[in-house]
Amino acid sequence: MIKFDRVSKGYAEVSDALVNVSFTIGKGEMVFLTGRSGAGKSTLLKLIALVETVSRGQVFLDGQNLNRVSQREIPFIRRKIGLIFQDYKLLNDRTVADNIALPLLVAGYNHQDIKRRVRAVLDKVGLVGKEKSYPLSLSGGEQQRVGIARAVVNKPSLILADEPTGNLDPELSTEIICLFKQFKQVGVTVFVATHDLTQVVESGCRQLILDRGRLVSG
Amino acid sequence: MKGFFIVHLQALLFSLGQQLRTPFSSILTIAVLSISIALSGLFYLLVKNVTYLTGHLETSNQITLFLGQQVSEQDGRQLQRQLEKHRNIQATRLITKAEGLKEFEHYSGFGDALKALNSNPLPMVVQIFPRLSLTTQQQLQQLLDELKGLPGVSVAKLDMQWVQRLKAIIVLVERAVLVLASILGFAVIFITGNTIRLELQNRQEEVVIAKLVGATNGFIARPFLYSGFWYGFLAGILALLMITGLMKLLQSPLEQLTRLYLGYQDVVFLSVLNSVILLAVSSLLGVVGAWGVLVMQLNRLKPE
Repeated sequence: MIKFDRVSKGYAEVSDALVNVSFTIGKGEMVFLTGRSGAGKSTLLKLIALVETVSRGQVFLDGQNLNRVSQREIPFIRRKIGLIFQDYKLLNDRTVADNIALPLLVAGYNHQDIKRRVRAVLDKVGLVGKEKSYPLSLSGGEQQRVGIARAVVNKPSLILADEPTGNLDPELSTEIICLFKQFKQVGVTVFVATHDLTQVVESGCRQLILDRGRLVSG
Repeated sequence: MKGFFIVHLQALLFSLGQQLRTPFSSILTIAVLSISIALSGLFYLLVKNVTYLTGHLETSNQITLFLGQQVSEQDGRQLQRQLEKHRNIQATRLITKAEGLKEFEHYSGFGDALKALNSNPLPMVVQIFPRLSLTTQQQLQQLLDELKGLPGVSVAKLDMQWVQRLKAIIVLVERAVLVLASILGFAVIFITGNTIRLELQNRQEEVVIAKLVGATNGFIARPFLYSGFWYGFLAGILALLMITGLMKLLQSPLEQLTRLYLGYQDVVFLSVLNSVILLAVSSLLGVVGAWGVLVMQLNRLKPE
């Protein structure tokens, strides 16, 4: 599903955010990406989500070389990826249902389909009855579940999560990880960046460890 | 296809909703836009009215003969009768010194100034209406030269001259109005563009999130383009109201003015077609302004 081939990424201010990183993640795998803050976890995810481009090396997503993707194609590749963020990135002036519907609206689904799918995904993340609420009236755990619902409503084949439990207490974190495992069970590839090692150990999933831009284990 | 229309309708209504949500800034923008548009419209009406009114002047070729002070009224009448028989003259009219004075008092408003004088300074005048078969400048000029040489005539004037000068001025004004209207049109584009830029900035977060979930630039641009359309369209409507109101205010003094100068009254308003064109152009300018900004800014907005 994801293949990194000797990828390096340098920013103007940080000379080497990623150095010669190579790894492969298979379809339906659930993998954690760990390492200290600043080790390059976010940068790595951004390369997959096409927010950043590599300096050297190649990134493949579902067999497609991301180096050769034009600006025009980017939105269509992103529709195959469900992105989850530490700060949820919800639109606070829209209801929960509208937030979750955004990827469907963007992809041009019709009204009926959108309603049906939003209802189904609300059920899956355990937010039934909250569709008319606004994000700021929800707890952190609930807001993150809205973020997850938005990420999976379009049935992506890959979920990328950047510190999804970073703002949540351990109990809520476990709930979120459980949700991810459910997605894995239906064949979705899940790639989670986190520095919460207890979660990783408990889950028993494969772990990629980054240290100052280098992959030290994986 | 049905879905396509629904998506556009949604964007259209959504963008209107956005403007209603921030009524104060929307009204300010629309007011500024409508003033630019109304000015263009009023300039256009000015030219249209002047062209319309002077259009009638073409048939009013007149020659005015000012007789010398020493010519008696009797001689004047004789001259008039003589000219009446001229083959190139349709009609004549004699204005005696006394009549001239009366007319002058009535129309000029300087009657009191004249009363201060001991004697009537106005000359006797014979107005000549040439035959309508005399159409070219050359033919009229010939007649004028002939009349100039008559005894007792001190000055002969072809009134065509001021019509021609007026026409030249109108051509100049037309050009100037065209240039001004273009400048104001650009103002509309820039004002809308700047407003859309601010909207884009205010909704930056939303744009970035939409991009992250796979929105194309086209999808993101759509509501902003419709927003530009609404600005242009609503400003156009406001401008039409302003123009109509102003013309209503100006109507009676304008009519009085044209009556005094031209002897008839008629003020031209914007026609239905003019109004439709004005609305279409202002809406289009709004869309163009929004589009320009979106082309320049959308690719720059990236998830950090």
